[in-house]
Amino acid sequence: MANFFMQLSRYAIPAIFLIIPLYAWFKKVPVYESFVEGAKEGLFVTLRILPYLMGMLLAIGIFRAAGAFDLISNILAPLTSKIGLPSEVVPLAFMRPLSGTGALAMTADILSTYGPDSFIGRLASVIQGSTDTTFYIITVYFGSVGIRRYRHALTVGLIADAASMIAAFCFCYLYFS
Amino acid sequence: MVNFIWLFLLLVGIVMAAFCGRIEAVSAAIWQVAEQGIALTLEIAGIMMLWMGLLRLAEKSGFTNFLARLTRPVVGLLFPDLAKDSPALGAIVMNISANLLGLGNAATPFGLKAMDDLQKLNKRPEEASNSMITFLVLNTSAITLIPATVIALRAKSGSLFPEEIVGITIFSGLIGTVVGLLAHFLFCRFRRWR
Repeated sequence: MANFFMQLSRYAIPAIFLIIPLYAWFKKVPVYESFVEGAKEGLFVTLRILPYLMGMLLAIGIFRAAGAFDLISNILAPLTSKIGLPSEVVPLAFMRPLSGTGALAMTADILSTYGPDSFIGRLASVIQGSTDTTFYIITVYFGSVGIRRYRHALTVGLIADAASMIAAFCFCYLYFS
Repeated sequence: MVNFIWLFLLLVGIVMAAFCGRIEAVSAAIWQVAEQGIALTLEIAGIMMLWMGLLRLAEKSGFTNFLARLTRPVVGLLFPDLAKDSPALGAIVMNISANLLGLGNAATPFGLKAMDDLQKLNKRPEEASNSMITFLVLNTSAITLIPATVIALRAKSGSLFPEEIVGITIFSGLIGTVVGLLAHFLFCRFRRWR
């Protein structure tokens, strides 16, 4: 099953780049000109989101370099160890909504230190896979269209992340320990 | 809110670094961000142009409309504020499909296009609409059938069963999505009561 999906993922991109232009050609769309037109818009969108990206990269980069994530997990360690949550995964839980590259580096580090088939390794894998960089997505998506009042978007996004992570912990606990 | 969080990250980071003797690391990080920014710009611009070019083809040929009509029973439920033939639905469906297939870098251009379409329907242009928040919950809670990055990472670090986490990952992500949508719904209700 998993293998089927991996194969699907491998063929998906070339297939999409074949099917859509071919379909458009049958529908008598000027394929090349339309592609260029869309690409031009893509360039403008990039320019529009860049300043927001830089702002977030700066704040998160500084927060990371200062070692703030380690501090958070040190403070929470006595609490997390009580419920059987390995303290090594706690910084990942905080990094995940903030920085995609940061979280990926942390997961890679956990997998190579504790092994991918250990409880910690499995839990880190599930957390990495079942959540996304909420903070970053929200600020960039809203920034791109000039939304300034997010209302409850961030709260709801973080609630969803927390729910995914709690579910990840419970499932891993049930199946792997 | 975002102003507060931004300042909070800067303040805590720099003050903490000063006390822990890691101030050089912070200086280095600042210049690193500048470099990273340029590298990221080029990468993002390339990805954006490719996928937005393709998206234009999909829109003009009626392909996105076709997808939108096909998935309307489900997607329409999630976005009750959108008209049945709204162009935003096309981009939203393309974004969800890309996420499901594990095509992260295609999902972002489609997502930004969807935000653009949703903003055109937004009555208060500075404030997030309900549909936008629903859409963001779908994106931030990682609905995917193939957590390809994690599987590759596990395989690389010598796992005996790199894919054994797939089922659990999908379910955990799904629980996050449902809880997020529920919270969004409750927030909207609560605001109406006040």
